[in-house]
Amino acid sequence: MGVENILFIVALAVGIGLFARQVRRIARNVRLGRDEDRSDRKAERWGVMARVALGQGKMVVRPVAGIMHILIYVGFVLINLEVLEIIIDGIFGTHRVLSFLGGFYDLMIAVFEWLALGVVVACVVFLARRLVIRIPRFKGREMTSWPKRDAVYILLIELVLMGALLKMNAVDQLLQERGAEHFVKAGSFPVSSWLTPFFAGMDTGTLLVLERVYWWAHILGILAFLNYLPISKHFHIILAFPNTWYSKLEPRTQVRNMPRITEEVKLMMDPSADPYATPAEGDGAPPERFGARDVQDLSWKSLLDAYTCTECGRCTSECPANLTGKLLSPRKIMMDTRDRLEEVGRNIDANNGTFQDDGKALLGDYISEEELWACTTCNACTQACPVNIDPVAIIMDMRRNLVMEESRPRPALTTMLTNVENNGAPWQFAQSDRMKWTEE
Amino acid sequence: MTTRVPTMSELTASGETPEVLFWVGCAGSFDDRARKITKAFVKLMHHAGVKFAVLGTEESCTGDPARRAGNEFLFQMQALQNIQVLNGYGVRRIVTACPHCFNTIRNEYPELGGSYEVLHHSQFLNTLLREGRLKVEGGSFRGKRITFHDPCYLGRGNGEYEAPRELLSKLDAELVEMKRSRAQGLCCGAGGAQMFKEAEPGDREVNIARSEEALGTAPAVIAAGCPFCNTMMTDGVKHFEKEGEVAVKDLAELIAEAADL
Ligand code: SF4
Ligand code: SF4
Repeated sequence: MGVENILFIVALAVGIGLFARQVRRIARNVRLGRDEDRSDRKAERWGVMARVALGQGKMVVRPVAGIMHILIYVGFVLINLEVLEIIIDGIFGTHRVLSFLGGFYDLMIAVFEWLALGVVVACVVFLARRLVIRIPRFKGREMTSWPKRDAVYILLIELVLMGALLKMNAVDQLLQERGAEHFVKAGSFPVSSWLTPFFAGMDTGTLLVLERVYWWAHILGILAFLNYLPISKHFHIILAFPNTWYSKLEPRTQVRNMPRITEEVKLMMDPSADPYATPAEGDGAPPERFGARDVQDLSWKSLLDAYTCTECGRCTSECPANLTGKLLSPRKIMMDTRDRLEEVGRNIDANNGTFQDDGKALLGDYISEEELWACTTCNACTQACPVNIDPVAIIMDMRRNLVMEESRPRPALTTMLTNVENNGAPWQFAQSDRMKWTEE
Repeated sequence: MTTRVPTMSELTASGETPEVLFWVGCAGSFDDRARKITKAFVKLMHHAGVKFAVLGTEESCTGDPARRAGNEFLFQMQALQNIQVLNGYGVRRIVTACPHCFNTIRNEYPELGGSYEVLHHSQFLNTLLREGRLKVEGGSFRGKRITFHDPCYLGRGNGEYEAPRELLSKLDAELVEMKRSRAQGLCCGAGGAQMFKEAEPGDREVNIARSEEALGTAPAVIAAGCPFCNTMMTDGVKHFEKEGEVAVKDLAELIAEAADL
């Protein structure tokens, strides 16, 4: 085993090890949320995941972006098979170890090359949509400098990776033709052969070095990209799968129940209940606060949603509140939740594993009341989201906190709530007048 | 003119059970515009010989606006009281002209102990038509342009896009779709307790945006399937001073008119 193989194994171990650490950090953060059982109806869940994540079923609602995205997605998934070969070659110092597959191998490499070209085209189109055409969906209050740069970086990294792959193949091909040592004849190179003229004039020694450079650039690029994912919206390429598996399966407009309140209301309504009995408090822990003031009060699924968000803005572009100039943007709700969760996570890391109050909260410091009260719960956002994120769950949880903990609904809502409480209707009509319409 | 509507307590007293309970809802009971929808629907049921009843003064708000305004206590008090009444009468099947009541009773009551078969009136009317208990011949709407505004709580919320359209197809009218319809339909702006508050600051009102889109199809009628959408769209049409040319009507009203009731 040569030095190069050892270097490769070290690089691979470090790259994967660092990535695993980041994944553990994110998993820990997601678990800061409240429990919610989302493990029922498993067969249905696999179906949703297959349709929405694997099959990209909701992407094609917008055909241009959808088809381009599928190209990049399929390209990446399949080209990863070649990465597998690169890893084996790297460890054992082999050259194109899968080439024993013969004609099938040639076909495989040819398909990968066409896909790589497709990825390049799609990335260029996507960059143009963001930087030249400036599609409105990619703008907005929450699309500050970092999210915008993040999107561009991802596309550029993909271009660099595809470039390295194609150039590596171009040089490899020349070396094969020249019968260089180790370079067994394998693969067919329909796209990279266009690049060979650039390298044809170089001597074999230079090509051997270049081949190694591109090979290393490709694999190191992939390892670096892997470690970029967890700090980027690009992490959705992984989280889209669990996130869709744990999708809300109930009808969109069904609001999650609060069983603890059911208990209390039942006690209140029960004439035989002892009015002075203090409700059992479990292990003496302070009762959970109603609704959500900070990220720890949200369901873990809302937190997973936040990490999964692709910042695509499909939700916001269909949100009636946002379309009519209100402050609310469901994408911002998700990004705020993630940013606050990251902040809470860093706080925990800095304080030996326990959260120290930093005087901040998701409600107020990130998301304002004005945003929360602008929502019509129309669920255009959940319908539009390509990875089944539910911003309305967060909005509802925070409204609950505003009303039940802070007693701060919008003034007109106080009137409505009083009416419902006193006369069983949102307006000031007596319940005894409910049949009046039959008399007119 | 009085409308004869039996209540659950009357029927129970005489030992009868209705085939369906009509949940009138707060808008349907108290809102001037929505009461017309209630009456149109009642006429249709009478005409089709449906044996139905209402809860009358025993009905109370489902709690939908309270829950969406964040007051879960109040929602559950309303819900549990209503469930007590409904279960007390052994109600099995409920029909309502309000998608918010529909959503709450259908989806949110079961977890609190109230499980019923719940129908939106468009679904129920379709059944009556299919069973031949109700007959509609295009009537005054033949050839007119009608556009349907999907209520969020019926369409996206509960996946029912077809029943209203199937009903409208009975009118022999020209059904035109807005640019955003079905799953992509734009909200009227009333949901999530917005109906009962001032809109948050913005460039314009949601109902103006939606009405503009509806008017863009040059309709004679904007059909609605929700009393709140109805109010929002009616206001929007007025905003554009089109109330002379364009009517906003509920599905039940359209069918009742076409059936000459
Ligand atoms: S549910 Fe609320 S946040 Fe989502 S699209 Fe509708 S108004 Fe916007
Ligand atoms: S919530 Fe969904 S639709 Fe909205 S930006 Fe994130 S991924 Fe896109």
